[in-house]
Amino acid sequence: MNTYFTDTGYLLLRHLRTTMRIPIWIAVTLIQPVIWLTIYGQLFRRVVEIPGFGADSYIQFLTPGVVIMTALFGSAWSGMGIIEDLSEGVMDRMLATPVNRAAIISARVLHAALTVTVQSVIILLFGMLLGARVAGGIPGFLAILLLGSTLGAGMSALSNGLALVTRREETLIAVVNFFGLPLTFLSTAFMAADLMPGWIRTLARANPVNWAVIASRDAMLGRNWGGIAGSAAMLAGFVLAAVWVSTQAFKAYRRSS
Amino acid sequence: MEAAIFCENLEKTYRSGTKGAKGIKGIKALAGVSFSVRPGEIFGLLGPNGAGKSTTVRILATLTRPDGGTASVAGCDVMEDPVGVRLRIGFVAQASGVDKWGTGRENLTLQAHLMRVPPAEVPARVKSLLDRVNLTEAADRVVKTYSGGMKRRLDLAMGLVNEPSVLFLDEPTTGLDPETRAALWQDLKRLRQERNLAVLLTTHYLEEADQLCDRLAIVDHGKVVVEGTPAELKARISGDTVALDLGDAGDAARMAALIAPLPGVLQATAEETRVTARVQQGATAMPALITAVERAGVTVRSSTMSRPSLDDVYLYHTGRRFHGEGGSQVRDHAAGQLPDPLAEPKSADKPAGKKGAEARQ
Ligand SMILES: Nc1ncnc2c1ncn2[C@@H]1O[C@H](COP(=O)(O)OP(=O)(O)OP(=O)(O)O)[C@@H](O)[C@H]1O
Ligand SMILES: [Mg+2]
Repeated sequence: MNTYFTDTGYLLLRHLRTTMRIPIWIAVTLIQPVIWLTIYGQLFRRVVEIPGFGADSYIQFLTPGVVIMTALFGSAWSGMGIIEDLSEGVMDRMLATPVNRAAIISARVLHAALTVTVQSVIILLFGMLLGARVAGGIPGFLAILLLGSTLGAGMSALSNGLALVTRREETLIAVVNFFGLPLTFLSTAFMAADLMPGWIRTLARANPVNWAVIASRDAMLGRNWGGIAGSAAMLAGFVLAAVWVSTQAFKAYRRSS
Repeated sequence: MEAAIFCENLEKTYRSGTKGAKGIKGIKALAGVSFSVRPGEIFGLLGPNGAGKSTTVRILATLTRPDGGTASVAGCDVMEDPVGVRLRIGFVAQASGVDKWGTGRENLTLQAHLMRVPPAEVPARVKSLLDRVNLTEAADRVVKTYSGGMKRRLDLAMGLVNEPSVLFLDEPTTGLDPETRAALWQDLKRLRQERNLAVLLTTHYLEEADQLCDRLAIVDHGKVVVEGTPAELKARISGDTVALDLGDAGDAARMAALIAPLPGVLQATAEETRVTARVQQGATAMPALITAVERAGVTVRSSTMSRPSLDDVYLYHTGRRFHGEGGSQVRDHAAGQLPDPLAEPKSADKPAGKKGAEARQ
C-alpha cells in the first residue's frame, strides 16, 4: 500500500512537469472560458431580470457554470496522455517495473484534479473582475474549487478508461465532442432550472455536471450549504464509480496486450 | 548453476479482437518456444519479421501472459512471481519508451524510483549511468530534442538503472550509428564480464549476432528452429558454398538443374545470373562444376568459394535470405538509417544483398 502513495507521487510529479513544460495548454483551455464569460456575460446581461435566476447579475450566475464547464472539458481530455504513453512504449516500460498499477491511473486523475483547480481559480478571479460577487465568501470560493476538481477527477477517470479501451485518439476526440456540449447544456450552466423545458430538467437531474453546477452556484451565492454537501457526496460517489470503471479498463488492457 | 532465463514450450495466441474484428480467430505468435540462457551469457534471438521474437521477450519481461508453457527469469517464475522478475530485470523495448517531455535525468530518476532503488542512491546512480551512455551533456535537455541514437542510449541506461541480473534488449541497435553500435557491444561485453549479466537480445543484423552473441536461436513461425553458438551453427551446415556467375539468367536455371545431381553436390540453386551450390568439398568440387558447365556450352564469368556464413545458416533454416527481395523483410527504420553491415559482400557472393541495399537508399 505504501508503494501506492509514493508511486502516485512520483508519477504525479512527472505529469505536473509535463504540464509546466507545455504551459500553452493551460492558456488554450482558458481562452474558451474567458470568451464565454466576456461575451455571454455581456450578451445575456439582462436575462437575470426574468424571475427564476436568483442572482444579482448574469455574470454572477454564469461564472460557476463556466468553472464547471471548464473542469468538464479540461479533464475529459486527460485520456490523451495515456494514449500517448501507450503508443510510445512508455506504458510498456512502466509495466515492466514493479510500479504500483493503481498508481498509474491515480496519478493521472489527481493531475487532472489539480489542473482543474488552477484553472478554476483563474476563472473565478476573472469572473470577479467582471463583477461577479462571491457572496459565499472564502468558504464559497473553496467549495467551488472542491466541486470542480471532484467532477474533474471523475471525468478524467472515465476519459482514461475510455482511452485504455479504444487506444485511439480519434475515438476519444469524437466521444468528448459528442458528449461534452450536451452534458453542459443539460445542466443549469447557462440557464436557470425553472426556465428549462421539463424533459431537460429531468435529464439534468441525472447529470453529474449539473450537480456540480448547482452546488457551485449555491456556493457562489452563499446559500443551501446542506445541498452543497449532498452534491459533493454524490460527486464523490461518481468519482468512485468512474475510478472503478477505469481500473477495469486497465485490467482489460493488461490482459489483452 | 541456475539458468538466468529458462523457458519451455511457450505458446501465445493473440486474439485480434480490436483490430481485425474477424471473429474469434487469433494470431498464433508462439507455437512452443524453448531455450535457456546462463548467467553471463549474451543470447540472441534471430528471425524474420513476425517470427515471435518480441512476443517471447514480452512474455519473459512479464508484459504478456503466455497461453501455455513455463518460464522463469532470474530464478522467479514469470506467472507466479512477476514482481520478483520485474525487480531483477532491465527491459528495453523495440519502441523507445522514454517520456519525451522529460529530460534524460528526469526519466532515469523516475525509472530508478519505480525500480525501487533506495532514494538516497538515486542521484549518484543516475549520474553514473548518464556518464556511461555518454549523455551527461544532454542530461538536462528534454528528450524531445534528442536524436534517435541519443534516445536509444537513454533507453539502454533506463534498462540498467536497477543493476539487473538479466537484461532484455529488443532490437537495441536499430537506428544507431556504427560507432554507437560498437560502443554498445563493448558495453554489453563489459557488463557481462563485470556483473555476470545475462542478456537476451533480438536483432536483425547477422553481423551483430555473429560477433556479440555467445549463443543464438533462430526463430521462425513461433518456434525455435535451431540453437547453438554461431560457430556451431555454421559448422552444422556441412560443406562449402560455390557460386558461379554465368551472365545469363536462363543459363543459370538450366545449369543449376545440371549441377544438382553431380557427386558431392548437396544443393544447387539459381539466383538471377548465378548458380549457387552447396558442396561437400569446395576445393575439389569447383573445377568439376566449372568443367561441367563449360561442357554444356555456357561460359563461367567468375567463381567464388566460401565457408558457410551465418547468412547461409539463416537461409538454410528459414528458407529465406536474410535481406532477400530487396530488403522487403526489413522494416524501413532498420534499412533507412544504417549502413547495412550485411550489404557489404563478405565473399563475392552477395549480389542480392548488395542490390537490395542500393534499392533501399
Ligand atoms: N498486440 C498484438 N496483437 C495481435 N497480434 C500481435 C500483437 N503483437 C504481435 N502480434 C502478432 O504476433 C506475431 C509475432 O509478432 P512479434 O512482434 O513477436 O514478431 P517479431 O519477431 O518481434 O517481429 P519483428 O522482427 O517485426 O519485430 C506477428 O504475427 C504479429 O502480427
Ligand atoms: Mg519485434
